[in-house]
Amino acid sequence: MHSATNMPRFDTEHVIPFVDSLVLSANKRADRLLQLLVEIQTQYSFVPDQAILRLAEQLAIPSSEIRGIIEFYSFLHLVEQGDFQIHFSDSVIDRMSGSKVLIQQLCDRLGVSPGEPRADGRVTVSTVSCIGMADQAPAALVNGYPLTKLDSKRIKAMAQLIESSTPVDEWPADFFLVSNNIRRRDLLLAAPFQEGSALSHLFKTGTDGILDKLSRSGLRGRGGAGFKTAAKWQMCRDIDADERYVICNADEGEPGSFKDRFLLETCADDVIEGITLCGLITGANKGIIYLRVEYRYLKQHLEERLARRRDKALLGEGILDQDGADFDIEIRLGAGAYICGEESALIESLEGKRGIPRNRPPYPVTSGYMGKPSVVNNVATFFVAAWVATKGGNWFASKGTAESIGTKLFSISGDCRYPGIYEFPFGLTISKVLDECGASETQAVQVTGPAGNLVLSDSLERKLCYEDLPAGGSFMIFNKSRDLLGIVKTFSDFFAHESCGFCTPCRVGTSLISDLVTRVHSGHATQQELDQIQIIAEVMNTSSRCGLGRTASRPIMQALQQAPELFTHRGETG
Amino acid sequence: MSFILDGKNIPFKEGDTIMDAALNADTYIPHLCHDPEFVPHGSCRVCLVSCNGRYVSACTQPAVDGSEVESNTEAVNSIRRELVAMLFAEGVHICPACEKSGSCKLQAVAYYVGLLTPRYEHFNPPGRLDASHPDMIIDFNRCILCELCVRASRDMDGKRVFSISGRGSEASLVINSESGKLGDSLFDVSDRAADICPVGALLPKHKGYEVPIGQRRYDITAIDGAAAREPVKKSGKSDD
Ligand SMILES: Cc1cc2nc3c(=O)[nH]c(=O)nc-3n(C[C@H](O)[C@H](O)[C@H](O)COP(=O)(O)O)c2cc1C
Ligand code: SF4
Ligand code: SF4
Ligand code: FES
Repeated sequence: MHSATNMPRFDTEHVIPFVDSLVLSANKRADRLLQLLVEIQTQYSFVPDQAILRLAEQLAIPSSEIRGIIEFYSFLHLVEQGDFQIHFSDSVIDRMSGSKVLIQQLCDRLGVSPGEPRADGRVTVSTVSCIGMADQAPAALVNGYPLTKLDSKRIKAMAQLIESSTPVDEWPADFFLVSNNIRRRDLLLAAPFQEGSALSHLFKTGTDGILDKLSRSGLRGRGGAGFKTAAKWQMCRDIDADERYVICNADEGEPGSFKDRFLLETCADDVIEGITLCGLITGANKGIIYLRVEYRYLKQHLEERLARRRDKALLGEGILDQDGADFDIEIRLGAGAYICGEESALIESLEGKRGIPRNRPPYPVTSGYMGKPSVVNNVATFFVAAWVATKGGNWFASKGTAESIGTKLFSISGDCRYPGIYEFPFGLTISKVLDECGASETQAVQVTGPAGNLVLSDSLERKLCYEDLPAGGSFMIFNKSRDLLGIVKTFSDFFAHESCGFCTPCRVGTSLISDLVTRVHSGHATQQELDQIQIIAEVMNTSSRCGLGRTASRPIMQALQQAPELFTHRGETG
Repeated sequence: MSFILDGKNIPFKEGDTIMDAALNADTYIPHLCHDPEFVPHGSCRVCLVSCNGRYVSACTQPAVDGSEVESNTEAVNSIRRELVAMLFAEGVHICPACEKSGSCKLQAVAYYVGLLTPRYEHFNPPGRLDASHPDMIIDFNRCILCELCVRASRDMDGKRVFSISGRGSEASLVINSESGKLGDSLFDVSDRAADICPVGALLPKHKGYEVPIGQRRYDITAIDGAAAREPVKKSGKSDD
């Protein structure tokens, strides 16, 4: 299904002409640097020194800064990774599905250590944060293409394919099967979207008409913060500016979330129409999809959709033959950093830099990409917006609760019989959800990823809605056999790994917490250390610069508050 | 327009941050990564204040008319104390042996917030020193990543000698030169970046202990005393 090709070995002679052609195609723009680095990485499995020096010269950026960017992103490397780069997804769900054993098996078969390129330049096996395949875990990427439902048999076959230097596009197609796993459909997934319907409504009712529908639908951002979408679009539209941008946040870094991957693969037209709608309403001429590099395999599919829509006058100049309705969309790749899902870090990354969040205010709607007013919305937000524009706000408001209107897509994974995509109206209880996905013996649920909420089995009547438990993308289920503190440790390590490192409380605090939680988990923590965790958490919550640091201590704090017996028990046995 | 800072009325003008207004009114709010000559950065977080009950960094937060700001309170200082302790734990700071001792802002802020003993297990990073430059030396383990040298070299000296590399706890200061050494860079002792470091990470050579310890800047006047305050210039602001 994917046209995967093996990458050519690094060849000194070709580096300079290759870099030059890339620089030329990027019009020598320094803000394209990250895209160029991703291209070079894809070509050579690393960014060779000659390439860095050439880029430095051509783009007038110090080579130290280019290296600094490479060292920031998990998928960029200064050392040759080899013909086959295997990145195992390392989320808690992958681990529960046995990924650690499989990584060891592959390493043993190939004679490599994790993260270290094999001496013959053939292969590197390493781990990365969740790659968005928790419903078909354990998963990995080979040269950027997802391998799902791994097991020992497959690992053995992979080792053979690698040893025989079989190009990735000749590997068995079923290795690369990504299932949609749609388990429940409601308003949004019931029927296919009618291409162009949202845009025709826009030209019929005008921008105010659509904004009115959106506010009636109560649509709030699906990326986490829950900001009202109509208000955001209106703000951007009403600011005086010569240029505006619409940015689709497809970074989906929240462990256990895969709804955006599902939408981009299955409902790309709906999403693209939502982005276009936003562009025409706000007066932007340009949209950008920031696609996490873990989803690079979807880029071609999306490019084809964009091209088709240009052919049908649904994108580009004169949309639906309306004068001045000009809007086009470009896809840009991330390079592996959870923090780039934070909207201002995402914009920094789009401008070719390390993904460090900006000081706010100003917010992106007033000063975003290239300093221009920019709407940043989640993939699912654009998806819902397209449907609401077509079907109306009241249609959407027929489901849900007073504060949480309509339905929402959930990515359900972990200990249940039917992991996958579920569209539920807001307001469902956790126990109802557990019933629907065939979960039993549930010990705990993590709602909205590590930065969200831990719900233990005594609180399963809590409701998924803004009034009670704000629900993001991810819904991870843990049964009674799971080691809850081990899960907390995985989450704490995740934040330490993904902190951008800019501000003191998060850079130092996530490291301290990760070390302390390791001690707790091994049963060696003292009461004094438990107290210290609470102090560090308080400092991180109050003084961190962005949401990552402000929520990074939640897993351990919620476990301490909700399951104190876990800690006393450890203390006694330790 | 004005706001109340720890009971004191602080006037401000449009566009001022809480820090700008406080400095103009000769009122000290602890800070490490801020210098009025440069674009606000917001990384150290020791300028944390509570503004109408919400914690914000004073150096980046626009002042709000009529707001109530708390800075020198136990609630705020107790958080700052931990932040400073984190910076001490992360690097290697052997104050008695440091040339900067007594005129180091990290040390002075530690005194101000009452941090007297270490609080966290030290990270003990391996030693990393760059003595390649004829006039200056860098001890990377004393660097608190405030990026003042980065900003000074880029925005004032026009050289981009310094930048930050990496992510998370791996983030570190790096030098722009072919060898990565300061001696091979464009850096000069007369650069603005040469005397901006708030701690003892970037130090002049040949000047060992010219002023005896005990008679240095913050030995004579505590950091919140008027004599220790920087002159208020605003040339680094984008609106100038
Ligand atoms: C650490 C962090 C990571 C984030 N990751 C994502 C992400 O992967 N996708 C996303 O849409 N929003 C993410 N967000 C939220 C964005 O900052 C932003 O609020 C969102 O994209 C706005 O779109 P919405 O209004 O449609 O939700 C993240 C926020 C933080 C603090
Ligand atoms: S809170 Fe963490 S991720 Fe956010 S700016 Fe600070 S160091 Fe970076
Ligand atoms: S060397 Fe000094 S000025 Fe430069 S970032 Fe480090 S602490 Fe700040
Ligand atoms: S002085 Fe404000 S964050 Fe450093």
